Amino acid sequence: MTLEETLLQHSPALIIAIPLLSAFLMPLVSRIHAKLRNVFALVMLGLTGCFIWLLATDVLASGPRVYIFGAKNLTLPLVRILFEVDSIGIFMAIITIMLAIIAVIYSWSFMNEQDGLDKYYTLLLLVVTSALGMEFTGDIFNFFVFLEISCIASCALIAFWVEEGEALEAAFKYIVVSAIGALFVLFAIGLLYAQYDALNIATLAQALQYTFLDKIVLILLLVVLGMKAGLAPMHMWLPDAYGRAPPSVTLIIISATLASFYGVLRVIFTLYGNVLTTSMRFDFPLHVIIGWVLIVLAIVSILIGVIMALIQSDLMRLIGYTAVAEVGYMFLAIGTTVAALGAPYATVALQGGILHLLNDAIDIGLLFLVAGAIYYVTKKRSLDDISGLARTMKYTTVFFIVALLAVAGMPPLNGFTSKFLIYESVYQLNPILSIVAILCSILMLAIFIKVLYAAFLGPELPALKDVKEAPKSMLLAMGLLASLAILIGLFPNLFIDTLVKPAADALLNHAQYITMVIGGV
Amino acid sequence: MFTLESGSGFWNPLIWVLIVFIAFLFFYGIRGFGKSIYKKGTEQTKAFLSGNKESAPEDMHVKASNLYWGFTTSMKTLYAGLRKMHTGNASDYVLWFVIVLAVLFLIFGVM
Repeated sequence: MTLEETLLQHSPALIIAIPLLSAFLMPLVSRIHAKLRNVFALVMLGLTGCFIWLLATDVLASGPRVYIFGAKNLTLPLVRILFEVDSIGIFMAIITIMLAIIAVIYSWSFMNEQDGLDKYYTLLLLVVTSALGMEFTGDIFNFFVFLEISCIASCALIAFWVEEGEALEAAFKYIVVSAIGALFVLFAIGLLYAQYDALNIATLAQALQYTFLDKIVLILLLVVLGMKAGLAPMHMWLPDAYGRAPPSVTLIIISATLASFYGVLRVIFTLYGNVLTTSMRFDFPLHVIIGWVLIVLAIVSILIGVIMALIQSDLMRLIGYTAVAEVGYMFLAIGTTVAALGAPYATVALQGGILHLLNDAIDIGLLFLVAGAIYYVTKKRSLDDISGLARTMKYTTVFFIVALLAVAGMPPLNGFTSKFLIYESVYQLNPILSIVAILCSILMLAIFIKVLYAAFLGPELPALKDVKEAPKSMLLAMGLLASLAILIGLFPNLFIDTLVKPAADALLNHAQYITMVIGGV
Repeated sequence: MFTLESGSGFWNPLIWVLIVFIAFLFFYGIRGFGKSIYKKGTEQTKAFLSGNKESAPEDMHVKASNLYWGFTTSMKTLYAGLRKMHTGNASDYVLWFVIVLAVLFLIFGVM
């Protein structure tokens, strides 16, 4: 076996191990030199990214890959965890590592005057580890463990600006909501284990009978993971957390939030994939009920997100509410796919939803980085206190314009591509839903035009006369996200054909996922 | 390769960019017909406010919370309801979680 094959074989483990071990090494490295700490964080994430790239090329070419920790022989009393990496898992991992690397580059300047950066980078790497773990694991209890790590590390990061009382309050609310949610997930896992004597997702998916207890498990997992993803009306923690955490942290929490959304996908398409066509009362198939429940919650999220964002004057809270609306668009696409399962447009909706996942990470992430740059140079959060920044922050203004056009779904940027697929497919299910989604997108454009006017245009305020452009590392981080938004917008097929379509196929073809584990081990 | 098919429609961003570029060239050409009498820093560049004196920048600043006043005022009943919903209390956050759980249990229970 060549070195490359050996590295490839162990890459699922290395992708988790490298950021995890780096997190615990961080306090030691920080003692040597502050610059070494920054470089160490970036190099370790870069190395993780290389392994994700290596694994991605293999998974996209040869199909899912299973990695076993512990007992290999099925006859032994089993103490083992399976990682199963398929195209959707690797797609999520690419998003996670991309956001993490950009967050670290941004942090170089943004956090350089802060104390306790050894703890900051440790927690940041732990959130990355947990998100990657959630995306790779094939074991539902292991998923819960990574979810818990993500909650605790994210909570500490949200409270990082502890001297601001509101950051502490936001972190407290986040941990309350997360802990209650995690308890329900644990209860749901207990119900599955009690019935099927298994924790492996593929084994459970094959054995699932859709009993009364399975019904309870489905509801608990959907609601908890939906809440963690920011689905309304359980979204209220999200503007608090996103609005009070340092923007570089928000970028990482976005990846953790998207990992919860991935959990919803895994539950519906893989865990319950075999029973989705089960006929319920009044001859309604299960998938129609789940699909419409998701659609209703998605529309509520979109409406609440944009309507509440319009009246916010705190820039980061405003972006937090638009993030709720963006989550709504993703759930709308997934709801449409599930409700119309089997129809040709269901696949298009799923592709639109998956692409929107990537676009949401890029666009909302970029908006937060711009908000962070404004906060860095002005020390102000309220849009009422700033004006005319375009005169001094030319690059930041350009990045903001790219982000605003992208998030509002304006052509030719990335947001348009995914929303185009979502609108077209949702229209075929129900035109009214599509019209509501388009109108809310227009409202989102209005919201960010308000931000553009308030922050960047208008008269130059005397208090902000000495404001300078954001430091280079922050501009580089914003530039990378803006370039991606343009690149995906101009060449959508490049991303759809190589990443999105395989990810959608992996979700729809749940039998392959089950066979890989049951038949392959 | 550059055309995205959705099954019921298509989207080609490069054609869109080309059209916008041609439109830009067209309008830039029209602009070229104008008279080049613009001089920076002269009376031409000052705002004409019907003879009134120009206010200080901080006095002219329209704050973000004043934008879309008409829209938010006409929707004040909706906003009152939404503001009431967003109390900021962690217990209410959990309450909404329980409400959604209860509604879904009801839907899945009946179905």
